[in-house]
Amino acid sequence: MGGTSTKLPKDLLSEYQELTFLTKQEILLAHKIFSELQDRENGPYSTRVSMEKILTLPELKSNPFQKRICHVFSTSDMKDGSLSFEDFLDLLSAFSDSATLEIKSHYAFRIFDFDDDGTLDARDLEKLVNSLTGETDDTRLTAEEMRQLISNILEESDIDKDGTVNLSEFQHVISRSPDFVSSFKIVL
Amino acid sequence: MASRVSFDCDLVTDFESPADEDGVHDSFSQLIQEQCHGLHDVIEMSSFDLEEESRDDVEYLEAPDYQRSDSDALQQTDHLIGERWSSDTLKVLSSMPSRTIGRSRGAIISQYCNRTMQLRRRKQSRPSIQHFPRSARPSIRGYRVETDGAGFEEEENKRERLVNNLQNLSVNDRVRMLRAMPLSLAEKKELRMLVLNKAEHSVSQNQIPCCSQLKYYIIIALRHGWYGWLSFLSSLQLWQTALKCVGGRFGTGVLSYFVFLRTLLFFNVFLFLVTGLLLVVPQAIMHPDPDQNVSVSSTWGLEVLTGAGYFSHSVLYYGYYSNKMLQTGCSASRNGTSCTSGLSYNMPLVYFFTIGAAFFVTCIILVYSMSKSFGQSFRIDKSKGLLAIKVFGSWDFKVIKKSSVRLQRANIGTQLKELVAEVNRQKQKFPVLQRLFRLFIHMLAWIMCLGSTLACVLAVYYFSEYMHRDLHMRAHAGSSDPLLKEASLLAVPVVVSSFNLLLPGFFNAVAWMEEYDSPSVLNYVSISRNLLLKVSVLGVLCYYWLGRVASEPHLLRLECWESFVGQELYRFLLMDFIFMLLDTFFGEFLWRLFSQKALKRKRKPVFDIARNVLELIYGQTLAWLGVLFSPLLPAVQIIKLILLFYMKKVSLKMNCQASGKPWRASQMTTIFITLLCFPAFLGAAVCVTYTMWTMQPSQRCGPFQGLKTMFQAGKLWVQELAAVNPDLHWLASAHAYLVENPLFLFLSAGIFLIVIYFHSQVVDGQRKIIELLQEQIENEGEDKKFLITRLQDIHERKRGRTPRRVQGASEDSSYS
Repeated sequence: MGGTSTKLPKDLLSEYQELTFLTKQEILLAHKIFSELQDRENGPYSTRVSMEKILTLPELKSNPFQKRICHVFSTSDMKDGSLSFEDFLDLLSAFSDSATLEIKSHYAFRIFDFDDDGTLDARDLEKLVNSLTGETDDTRLTAEEMRQLISNILEESDIDKDGTVNLSEFQHVISRSPDFVSSFKIVL
Repeated sequence: MASRVSFDCDLVTDFESPADEDGVHDSFSQLIQEQCHGLHDVIEMSSFDLEEESRDDVEYLEAPDYQRSDSDALQQTDHLIGERWSSDTLKVLSSMPSRTIGRSRGAIISQYCNRTMQLRRRKQSRPSIQHFPRSARPSIRGYRVETDGAGFEEEENKRERLVNNLQNLSVNDRVRMLRAMPLSLAEKKELRMLVLNKAEHSVSQNQIPCCSQLKYYIIIALRHGWYGWLSFLSSLQLWQTALKCVGGRFGTGVLSYFVFLRTLLFFNVFLFLVTGLLLVVPQAIMHPDPDQNVSVSSTWGLEVLTGAGYFSHSVLYYGYYSNKMLQTGCSASRNGTSCTSGLSYNMPLVYFFTIGAAFFVTCIILVYSMSKSFGQSFRIDKSKGLLAIKVFGSWDFKVIKKSSVRLQRANIGTQLKELVAEVNRQKQKFPVLQRLFRLFIHMLAWIMCLGSTLACVLAVYYFSEYMHRDLHMRAHAGSSDPLLKEASLLAVPVVVSSFNLLLPGFFNAVAWMEEYDSPSVLNYVSISRNLLLKVSVLGVLCYYWLGRVASEPHLLRLECWESFVGQELYRFLLMDFIFMLLDTFFGEFLWRLFSQKALKRKRKPVFDIARNVLELIYGQTLAWLGVLFSPLLPAVQIIKLILLFYMKKVSLKMNCQASGKPWRASQMTTIFITLLCFPAFLGAAVCVTYTMWTMQPSQRCGPFQGLKTMFQAGKLWVQELAAVNPDLHWLASAHAYLVENPLFLFLSAGIFLIVIYFHSQVVDGQRKIIELLQEQIENEGEDKKFLITRLQDIHERKRGRTPRRVQGASEDSSYS
């Protein structure tokens, strides 16, 4: 592990504490892990860590939504899913214990919106169900079941009947699920 | 990223005003139908144009296969994605507020601008509607459609206003608002900097006098201190890594068992601290009364198990505590103890009030956590939306191990298939004979379970009677083998614990025979059967202790029946622990070996969450029952829980795997906390209150010697106070009227019920409002469809009119 491990300055630390839902320990731990990821990169102190490196973290390695998570939280101009330290903190804050239901449902919606068009249409839902059920043939849903499932979901959650689930409708469905807040968590 | 839409002037002139339509429509559906018919004609007319539009570069949303296959053209217009829209329409669709609110920065800023404005106006700290998040749409009124040039300025204006609003909020509100904004951290930092700069700017301009600057610094220091305290608290989280491992491998269901264990541990630590500091430590410092004859007949070896022998005259039990005022500075002289002035400590009073206060505080904490958990898991209209909730909310992000992820995917796949099949399946009317047969099987199962519970209860009752007579004979016989005597004390606990171990297995087998369809019903049924068993066993034991032992202690030659009851509870607690160890060893370890080697099954056994949690609740009830008689019992319970945690964790890793059935963790947690509060804590509190109120304490030991009831200690003290200080006369009469008069209790219960009734009416009203709002949203959706189809219609007509050659030019002009 080459390079100097930079310490997080105190005023930045208190600023992050104010702006995110993370505690001091969590921010320092995130900084440590992020520095380790950076050190493994070639080249000098680069501010962004590529998506491949982020996906080596154990918390994201086996997650079927890993790529979407990186894309949603990334603010890079090249849209390559690379994360800066602040993006990483954003990620941890949204997935933390004390984040509000609204923040979590907002980001969950963006993660599930595979084509980034602002709504969950039938194709998004199909990709979502396939990510949930896996790739092997015996757990995947058949085409008929998928069709039935998606039309049921739209019937249940599409209140204005436009064929897609927008953010408000998604948040309305999620607010009825008491387990969502505890399952939408990643802890380092 | 919100694309600014500019409407063409051509389009505007083409738009017909409603007055041009045939007649005024006063019925919504009539309007829709007419439009649909109109569109139908337009579609037929301009089908050629539609074909040629495919040359557009923009990708179309193709009509998916998910439409109902028997839909006709009329129904196809029900979905906005059913048509092949032109690029204009697509642009309009994609820039609709409902679709951009999630992505566009400008929309988020404008939404939060509105919110902070409302917050400032109302000076509330939360939005007004209780637990549903407010609609994420900005008001359409405020979303003026502008030409391109002013678009950027509009966003800047909004940001300015947002910064203004934030600055005028209180610090806490500002922090909360900033945290809750779904913007990236860089943007939040920028906003915060702007706000602080503005604040500093205005501060330096106004020349604030020094004392409010001091106040400002104090507030900042307090806030830093508060953050530091929160960090410290969160670093104290016990077993954080262990819980993360368990959750990562087994999911939220099994994790809830361990979290429940940790909660119980904290309750016991609280009890231990209270009783330890207030009762044990003072008594341990002061020596016991010399006039209590202490006969220590110790038979080493069995003491830890029976709690008798050497322990019976120790701080562990009630009998050790003195009934006088403990005085420091007492010196024993030849004539007796003469006490000079020093600290005096009224032991009986403190004993009484400590137990009472500990129970009261535990009750409040339990009711608070129960209501909080209930609020989280209860939803007003729960019946609809199961499938959508399952798809959107069931992925557990905490699970990180690869095999567990695979397992979770398999589980979700199976559950989705089952749910779809269930929704699909038409409500089959089972033939009457089959239904009767199933009913018969259920009744038979319940009769078997209740019968076995009754048999078990009777067995415990008669066995305890037998042991009572046996002890009676031994006590009067005098010379008997002390080891056997001590060992015979263990008989009843062993019998009860073995019943607790074996009967739930029997219940599981019966439930397997019944073949329940839905796993949640199965859960509830097995929990209720287990609960019934434990409650009845505990009831019989309480009757035995309080009704038989306590009322006639001379039969057993007991000087101190309270110490005896305390010892009994200690033995029960310990036996419970030993049997749990055995159950873990046999039930999980050996069963896994057996099922893998002999039955050759691939899957390991599943951790039975409900049964284990009920065991925990049972143990905690024993501890609560025993606090009055044995103030150090919470310490025993603490040790037991810590050992249990590590043991269960190790056994889980070695022997079990995650369950294939769905487990609604938060609902189950609510149920467990409710069970902890209602039968468990309430039962223990009722027993303890009954003991304190009506049972006569031993004459010759303990802090309440010589009194008629334990409750009298408090009453006597109040009377003493009133006698000493005549001004406190009202205290004595208040005590007589409020505490002893049952009318007060009835009155408070009545008020409580009225409050509950009002709340239920409020919930009903909210339900009605939700229905109305859903109807309204559907109507708005119809509006939207109407507008989009009209837009398309106009565009079609315009296209139909202009020749093909200028298609490129018209496209350019219609793009923004």
